[in-house]
Formats: sequence, structure tokens, C-alpha cells
Amino acid sequence: MTLAAPAPQGFLSPTGVEIAFLLVGLVTFAAAIVTVTTKQLVHAALWLVVALGGLAVEYLLLTAEFIAWVQVLIYVGSVVVLLLFGLMLTKAPIGRSPDADSGNRWAALTVAVAAAATLVWVVVDAFRTQWIDLDAPQGTTAVTGAMLFQHWVLPFEALSVLLLAALVGAIVLSRKADEGDEADETGPEPGAKTAPGTADEEQR
Amino acid sequence: MHLAYPAVLAVLLFCTGLYGVLARRNAILVLMSVELMLNAVNLNLVAFDVWLRDALHAGQALTLFTIAIAAAEIGIGLSIVLMVYRNRGTSDVDRLRDTAETPGPGDAPEALEAPEAPEGADATAAAQKAEATA
Repeated sequence: MTLAAPAPQGFLSPTGVEIAFLLVGLVTFAAAIVTVTTKQLVHAALWLVVALGGLAVEYLLLTAEFIAWVQVLIYVGSVVVLLLFGLMLTKAPIGRSPDADSGNRWAALTVAVAAAATLVWVVVDAFRTQWIDLDAPQGTTAVTGAMLFQHWVLPFEALSVLLLAALVGAIVLSRKADEGDEADETGPEPGAKTAPGTADEEQR
Repeated sequence: MHLAYPAVLAVLLFCTGLYGVLARRNAILVLMSVELMLNAVNLNLVAFDVWLRDALHAGQALTLFTIAIAAAEIGIGLSIVLMVYRNRGTSDVDRLRDTAETPGPGDAPEALEAPEAPEGADATAAAQKAEATA
């Protein structure tokens, strides 16, 4: 850590890894921007796939190999599919929906730009002279498995209990209420499919 | 690699998600923006873990835990959104105004609150309409 910034390291002579990181980062950021600004709801979910996949590539470039594959499996494979299911079950309009953004869009833009400017200034000022040494991989699967099951076993087990609780909670929440008190239930029919869909996705 | 690259990318992604959370109207799009913010934090955790060469790899372990918790969060969040949609017929966060503050009968009709009265009445009417359709 904290190399003393040797001569070959500098903004004007970026390494290949830095160039790749920059390009993939640009793609990721652009996809994120499209995700939060597009008026077509399904396209937002699909652009989210690009953003999350770009982040997986960034993890690979940072030598965190296991995290990258977990990102692909869970985010791209399961979370986005869940979001698409949610869009379908709430009958999201296919095509452009003009009211996708609320009226306080300009206030939100102001807040976001101000936060971005402040944070970028602080971060660049703080870590201007710090360099990551990527020669030794830090996140191979062997290393990750060893540290996860040597030092982090207890949080890991607690996390499995949390996932079980979330699974049960999702099933309970998305199940239709008892038959007695909803004789006049005229809600959308796809609600009936919610419980199995959510449960299947949750178990991945 | 310069440490500023991943840090700045994480900041930009976080602020993109922040904009989405504040500006989007559909609840599922708000959940997508929350995912973007969580991923920005994950990128920071991984980058600083690799930079510090932590012996316990606390950053990567926390990233794995964050991913798992985000999966649980999206499951619960989506089921809540679906339940709201089933009961109200909409997943539009702007229209869910049942707990919005409306000028009560005890409040003096000041000049400042006068413009808000029609909005409150409108929200109440919309809520009643939504309950009627549910």
C-alpha cells in the first residue's frame, strides 16, 4: 500500500489497466444515467444490466475475481429478473410513459449534481497520491473462501438466517389474504402468481 | 492503478442513483436506483480492500454480505410494491399520499396555507378513488 508514487505512475502515462478501467467505467456510468432517465420502464431494467455487468468487469480489473462472478450471478441473473417480474406484475406500460419522472426532477438534479461535485472534489483531493498495487491478486476464489470460512463464519451464518427470514417474509407479503375478508377482491389477477415467482427467485 | 479512478466512479454512480431515487415516480424504478447506490458502495469496498491489502479481506466479505442483503431487500421491496399495487391499483409513489400532512380543521386559515388546501383535498379524493377501485 501507499507507494511513494514512483516515476512511471502518473496521470499522463496511464497503464493498460487504467485505460480499460476508464473505458468500462464510462460505459457503466452512461448506462446508469440512461437507467435513471429513460422513459421506457423495461429499457431501464435492461440498461441496469449493462451498468451492473460493467461493474462486474471493474471488479475483475481490481482482481476481485469471486466478487465479480457473484455480481454476475446475483445481480444480473436474479435481481434484474426480479425487477422485470415486478414491472410485469404491476402492469408497467410498454413503450414511453411520459410520467416516469416526478415533478421535483430539477430539485433532484440539483441535489445530485451538488453531491457529486462535493464528493468528487473531496475524493480526488484525498486520494490524489495513492496507488493500488495490482501485481498480486487480492480476491481469488481460494483466498475468498478461506477468509470467508475462517474469519467470517458467524456473520455468514447470520446472513443465511436473514435470507430465510426474507424468503418467508416475501411469501407472506405477496400471498393473497384469507378468503373470508376479500370476497370483493377485484385486484389484478397476476397477483396470484406472485408468491411462487418471488419464492423461486429468492432461492437463487 | 490510481485509487481515484474507482473512487470517482463510485461517487458518480452513487449520485446517479441518488438522482433516480429522488426523481423517479414508479416505485420499481426507485428500487433500481437504490440498487445503483448499493453497487457504488460495493465498488468502494472492493477498491479500498485491494488498496489496503487487508489480511482479513473485510472489504470483500462486506461486499458479499451487501450483495446478499441487497437480494433480500429487493425481494421484500418488490413484494411490498406488489401488495400496494394490488390494494391501490398503482405503484406510483407520488399518489400514495394517505399519510400526507393536510391542513387540519384546527389550523387557522393563514394566507400561506391557502394554496395547499386544494392539493390536500385532491389527494384525499385520489385516495378515496383508489380505495374504491381496490
